[in-house]
Amino acid sequence: MKQVFERPESLKEVSFHFCPGCHHGIIHRIVAEVIDKLEVRTRTIGVSSVGCSVFLYDYFNIDVCEAPHGRAPAVATGVKRVYKDRIVFTFQGDGDLAAIGTSEIIHTANRGENITVIFVNNTVFGMTGGQMAPTTMLGQETTTTPLGRSFIGDGYPIKMSEMLATLEGCSFVARVAVNTPANVRKARKAILKAFEMQVNNMGFSFVEVLSACPTNWKMSPQDALKRIKDELIPYFPLKIFKEKTIPDTL
Amino acid sequence: MPIDAAHAKQGKAARAIALRAGLKCLKLIQQTLMNDSKKRLIKGNEAIAVAAIDAGCRYFFSYPITPQSDIPEYLSRHLPEVGGTFLQAESEIAAINMVLGASAAGARAMTSSSGPGISLKQEGISYMASDELPALIVNISRTGPGLGGIAASQGDYFQATKGGGHGDYRTIVLAPYSVQEMYDLTIKGFDLADKYRMPVMILADSVLGQMKEPVAMVGKKKSTAIKKDWALTGCEGRRPHVIKSLYLDGDKSIEHNWKLFKKYQKIQKNEVMCEIKDCIDADIILIAFGSAARIAKTSIEMAQEKGIKVGMLRPITLFPFPNQQIEDLSKDIKKILVVEQNTGQMVEDVLISVSKNAKVTFYGKPTGNALEAEEILGQIEKLKNKKGFNR
Repeated sequence: MKQVFERPESLKEVSFHFCPGCHHGIIHRIVAEVIDKLEVRTRTIGVSSVGCSVFLYDYFNIDVCEAPHGRAPAVATGVKRVYKDRIVFTFQGDGDLAAIGTSEIIHTANRGENITVIFVNNTVFGMTGGQMAPTTMLGQETTTTPLGRSFIGDGYPIKMSEMLATLEGCSFVARVAVNTPANVRKARKAILKAFEMQVNNMGFSFVEVLSACPTNWKMSPQDALKRIKDELIPYFPLKIFKEKTIPDTL
Repeated sequence: MPIDAAHAKQGKAARAIALRAGLKCLKLIQQTLMNDSKKRLIKGNEAIAVAAIDAGCRYFFSYPITPQSDIPEYLSRHLPEVGGTFLQAESEIAAINMVLGASAAGARAMTSSSGPGISLKQEGISYMASDELPALIVNISRTGPGLGGIAASQGDYFQATKGGGHGDYRTIVLAPYSVQEMYDLTIKGFDLADKYRMPVMILADSVLGQMKEPVAMVGKKKSTAIKKDWALTGCEGRRPHVIKSLYLDGDKSIEHNWKLFKKYQKIQKNEVMCEIKDCIDADIILIAFGSAARIAKTSIEMAQEKGIKVGMLRPITLFPFPNQQIEDLSKDIKKILVVEQNTGQMVEDVLISVSKNAKVTFYGKPTGNALEAEEILGQIEKLKNKKGFNR
């Protein structure tokens, strides 16, 4: 029988532990497919973060270093400075990257560090049980915003891609979603582009992926997909914010 | 007749054991002292920077803070000359995590800071202790708590020796007391970090960082680092490597913590360094480390000129602490004076080390201005004349 669909070599032969309807598995798979496509598996080093994405090393068939909460871009900087010819990427959630790790992500981007960051934005702290994240939508009920997030006191949901795109050091910044097959294809294309940027020494590349967290949103997986379409995408538009074509040189 | 044998004959067996151990300890760092040909007059901070390059360290990440800035300033100029990387990070936290990443990739990596910055780095140090990642962390400490001041202080002793960050771990802590030792112990620190796969800390202060002395150097040597077959290099031709500190499984967490503990026990057994001086006929032992020991050495010479029999035990490793040496010496030298530039931290380790009948007196003060040799001399004289003992 002809095999038409197979596990990427960059993923281990294990099942994902993620909750039903969670998009981490899809995003893991896309990253693995891209690593396979670029044939860089044996020279790629992943940096996991704190939150649901910490288990990167359980699923990816590559070398992985765990980073403290929010520090993945700094850890990746250390790795990349030692091995300039290796492919180094971080995989971070919004609690990690957009809250405790804002300093590290901004300065790593601003240095134009030649790494790739995959930013999973599900508008909530997932692993700790659904607390408010900086990306939580106005009115969204979480365990720490029981009456819904209010801009008075809690501020507005932070748009990381838009912010980072203003920095000269960034070579590629895009926001994608994986809520429909068409969007999955676009996400794959953006993540491939981000890794290609690194392969071509173009500097810092960043892809934000809007992701569902049905468990903490207290929704069915179907309703979570609908929320991404109706609520998240209008506020967090899907687009390529920045794409350099010529590398910065002295 | 060797001094220890002479004492063994006089029945001062415990003292002999301690002296022998003390001599062995000193040999561990005297590799460069024999070599006078390449002496250079340099600052303590600069000695650390030169030693880092000589030790084969090529990756340095830090954030500016007084009184250690000579170290990054020197390395920003000289690391690129040897193909190394100097990176001024956006924060102390980022700097230690860059060290974590470079170390995970198998490189000799280093950061330096001072008290407030070291507090911020503790998260990363704790992760590195659990990850079993080697690195050298330099604390040219200043007064605290809080922003404190930039004068020399030994107030970071507890933080350095008792772990410092969260969790059940230790770092090896080396306490130089001369510019020569700033150089020697930096090289030694990298070797120990690689040998035991853990962070090693140099605990000095602004007196040691800013003073100038002639230093003998080994010159740039090929790294003696052991082969790091655990490092992250990309998994070409092997199974993937993972460096992590998360152990959600209870049994695995317990197993991991025991593994770390056994490593620390081994270090306690094998790596203690201390200087034991003039204890052969001493009635009083003065125990001090780092800059306090340097000042106290003058006090001891003044006391000896006055005919007071006072010797010194100077811990060079603060973890592992020379508990055994102190216990042995205190078996027949009962008057012990602990001097620190703080309100009393190392004295707690001395108290749990001394034998039953020894009496420990503490003299120290929070600094801003350094201790003076005369005031320590006053304490030695007071102790000599004392019939009973202080505790």
